[in-house]
Amino acid sequence: MRVIKNSLITNTVADLCQKAAYTLPQDIIKSLNTTYRQEKGLAKEIIKLTLENAKIANKGIFPLCQDTGTAVLFVEIGQQLQIDGSLDKALQDGIKKGFKENYLRKSIVSEPLFERKNTKTNTPAIIHYKIVNGNKLKINLMLKGGGAENKSQIKMFNPTASKQEIIDFILSVVNDAGASACPPFIIGIGLGGNFETAPMLAKKALLRSKQNKNLNYKKLEQEILTKINKTNIGPQGFGGKITALKVYIEYAPCHIASLPCAVNICCHSSRHAGAVL
Amino acid sequence: MKINLINPHIDDLRTLKVRDFISLTGTVYILRDMAHKKLLEEKVFPLNLKGKIIYYAGPTPNRKNQASGALGPTTSSRMDKFCKEFIKKTGIIGIIGKGARSKEVNAYMRGKVVYFAALGGLGALGGNCAKNSKIILYPELGPEAVYEVQFENLPLIVAQDLKGNNIYGE
Repeated sequence: MRVIKNSLITNTVADLCQKAAYTLPQDIIKSLNTTYRQEKGLAKEIIKLTLENAKIANKGIFPLCQDTGTAVLFVEIGQQLQIDGSLDKALQDGIKKGFKENYLRKSIVSEPLFERKNTKTNTPAIIHYKIVNGNKLKINLMLKGGGAENKSQIKMFNPTASKQEIIDFILSVVNDAGASACPPFIIGIGLGGNFETAPMLAKKALLRSKQNKNLNYKKLEQEILTKINKTNIGPQGFGGKITALKVYIEYAPCHIASLPCAVNICCHSSRHAGAVL
Repeated sequence: MKINLINPHIDDLRTLKVRDFISLTGTVYILRDMAHKKLLEEKVFPLNLKGKIIYYAGPTPNRKNQASGALGPTTSSRMDKFCKEFIKKTGIIGIIGKGARSKEVNAYMRGKVVYFAALGGLGALGGNCAKNSKIILYPELGPEAVYEVQFENLPLIVAQDLKGNNIYGE
């Protein structure tokens, strides 16, 4: 049995906070460079400043965005792995450490309705565990801002709904998000599963950097992206050719009565980082 | 072309047109959801904001010897329900935020307040333009406190001019 010390997990998660908050992923930079060539006028100027923002953040003084988000962790634990101490505590301590040491904003309140008291540590992080084969620990951290998250939606379709109805719903979510969710977006879509898994699939989709392996879903990703980019919302909602940089779909089996569709919107600042221990 | 504004008076704002690219230098007051709620519940309004510009935001913590952390706009429409009363009580002349607002707020701002859009998600760029910042009210709210910030060449876009022309299409 392989044993991992919980201090290693804590330090790794703290490092991931730094990486995610200060470094825009390479595939997003590449997309923004392409967008810069495609846009003109005000939209082009905005993309130029967006790339400049990433350069400033990369120096490690200012995070990419002041909303350093809810910390969402996707954790895969190999069955042949033993953790020395509490895994949950090690992960939460990593978020506390990472947010404190890297001057990230603490945006979590302890309960939603009555006092809304800031926990001052940005914990609890939201953690999704999965048990897998092997003896490794895989950790993916996403820092998810509130503006784009607020504009995300789920709809439970009838199983006989057409592809067009699904696309129309996704376009309505994007139109409703508009400038408030900081376009150009990355769009995560969860199709199938049920009321709790479809949003999870949509969120997981945001971690991807490649198109779907399944040809049908790959084509659908492309079709949705093309249609979103015809909305003329544009960078920052001031009009333009590019409203979304990427569309990623994750799908799952579902009940004969259902066709859940969740749309998780992410701003251009798609902050995530991963490590394998 | 960029228009430079330095601590503008309302008369300086009259010539601004929707989609104008602005470079703002001067004092701005930062507040968001909770500070709005608390301020409007106060028996005596504790700030003098007449003729000032406010900014819907919540920065990251300062590093030592750093004027500000990352600083960019939060969604303005969440403040719509406070906006009319806030303008009436304070006499502000400018609001910085992001995104479309309600028809009621747009109509009320016309002639009184210019709505500027800061660049969402570009907090590093915004923080880098801050030359000084301090908490002036509600420190217990942490990132939701009221800050006074001096900016130098903060990039902004006119989202609604004084005539009521709006960038998000009304």
